[in-house]
Amino acid sequence: MSAALSIRGVSKTYDPQGGASVEALRDCSFEVRAEEFVAIVGPSGCGKSTLLNAIAGFDTITGGEIRLDGALLARPGLAPRPGPDRVVVFQHGALFPWKTVLENVTYGPLRQKALSREAAQAKALELLRASGGLDGAAATYPAQLSSGMQRRVEIVRALMNDPRVLLLDEPFRAMDGFSKATMHQHLLELHRRYRKTIVFITHDLDEAIYLADTVVVMTTRPGTVKEIIRVGLERPRVPQMLYSRAYAELKRGAAQSVHEEARRAFERGEREQA
Amino acid sequence: MKRLNWRGAVSIAAFILLWTLLARLKAPGFAEIPDPAAVGRAFWEKYLPSAAYWRSWLVSFERVGYGFILSQLLGIPLGLALGTRRTFHDLVFPVVELLRPIPPLAWVPLSILFWPTAELSIVFITFIGPFFIIVINVHDAVRGIRKEHLWLARSLGASPARIFRRIILPSVVPAIAVGMTLGIAVAWNVVIAAEMIASDAGLGRLTWEGYVSHTGTTVIIGMISIGFAGYLSTLIVTYAEKRMMPWQR
Repeated sequence: MSAALSIRGVSKTYDPQGGASVEALRDCSFEVRAEEFVAIVGPSGCGKSTLLNAIAGFDTITGGEIRLDGALLARPGLAPRPGPDRVVVFQHGALFPWKTVLENVTYGPLRQKALSREAAQAKALELLRASGGLDGAAATYPAQLSSGMQRRVEIVRALMNDPRVLLLDEPFRAMDGFSKATMHQHLLELHRRYRKTIVFITHDLDEAIYLADTVVVMTTRPGTVKEIIRVGLERPRVPQMLYSRAYAELKRGAAQSVHEEARRAFERGEREQA
Repeated sequence: MKRLNWRGAVSIAAFILLWTLLARLKAPGFAEIPDPAAVGRAFWEKYLPSAAYWRSWLVSFERVGYGFILSQLLGIPLGLALGTRRTFHDLVFPVVELLRPIPPLAWVPLSILFWPTAELSIVFITFIGPFFIIVINVHDAVRGIRKEHLWLARSLGASPARIFRRIILPSVVPAIAVGMTLGIAVAWNVVIAAEMIASDAGLGRLTWEGYVSHTGTTVIIGMISIGFAGYLSTLIVTYAEKRMMPWQR
């Protein structure tokens, strides 16, 4: 079951003891429909990950509220509550290196006692098989897999919990162009098949437009929503679309905002260095 | 088939040849140092069949064994507690930092005064060296655990007790392995010195007695035995480490 996500006026100020406070997010608002694929684009340090961590329940917010299908997830003063309904796939990967692929993937359902060991393993093998024949790697340790395979396994680990929202934090950042393109098709296929609500963070505008239904462009810190772009490209998405007129126009429109923000982030970096 | 390392063989042969030459020619400093053949002969005739010699091995191994194992049994839990418990850390860590820079051998006099027997004081000193190493290694490893792993475990439904056993513990195993490798080397360093100062048995004592009685062969046999004993213990520790981390090949 996929859920809708409401981000309403979310703010986050880090107030370290004895340090200057940092305003990471200011009054962020946007809506994610159930089964929608939303990409959040913005320069490094714009608070994208802060927002994702707040949705996942790893960190608190200092203003606004986050709701999942209307149910309150986060608001100021509420202790963060992570849960298997919102699983994150991280930028640098976070498979447990001391567990085999199968142990990693079945970890969630077994901890939640959602499935018996046999059922969890059967489901895991089926999902792994559907992820490019990874069932053959079930008994290996993550370090023995390529980064592309590791990321697929992580997505499987998330899907094993039937999350209502799948949260992806720049999962393909460290990959070469070819692996990245393969992973894009893989993710699009998973989205088509399982109809999960996806929130995908990236600083790569091409990736965002190509994958998403909606692109949320964020400003540099304090991060706030600068522009929301509806991507009208039809599905299934195929690489040829990258050369279509519709794609070029979407990109031209968005590039202006993204570049403005990248420039501001860069200039601020220069100032802070000086 | 493994290829023979010819350069290595030549290097060792050259070393023995040079040693023989210097000893035979009574080069400066070599007046009391026997040549390799004499050492080999003495080992074959006097030490190999000697029960007293093998008892020295046993005694030193026992001291290293007790000191090292105790250091791990106490040091690993202490490092974990320091890394995971904020209040405990603030209360106890300053004392650890205060005592850590004191070299283990500086503990010898106090140790002899404190413990009722020489044996206990030697085991204690052998314990001190690896103890602080493992405590600091585990402590740093706990603090360095990737927060993504902890977050994910919570998302996926693991309880705090489970997170400790299934996430924190395996995360620090590589640091425990490093601490063990460093610790066993330090344990041998310390036990040999302590035996020379404060014991009437063990490989360190054997070497020292060779010196006191002007028996060059004994000194060298003692040294080679200590090197070999250290090498053997490292093999055992390395084997244990491999078993601890099946995910690292």
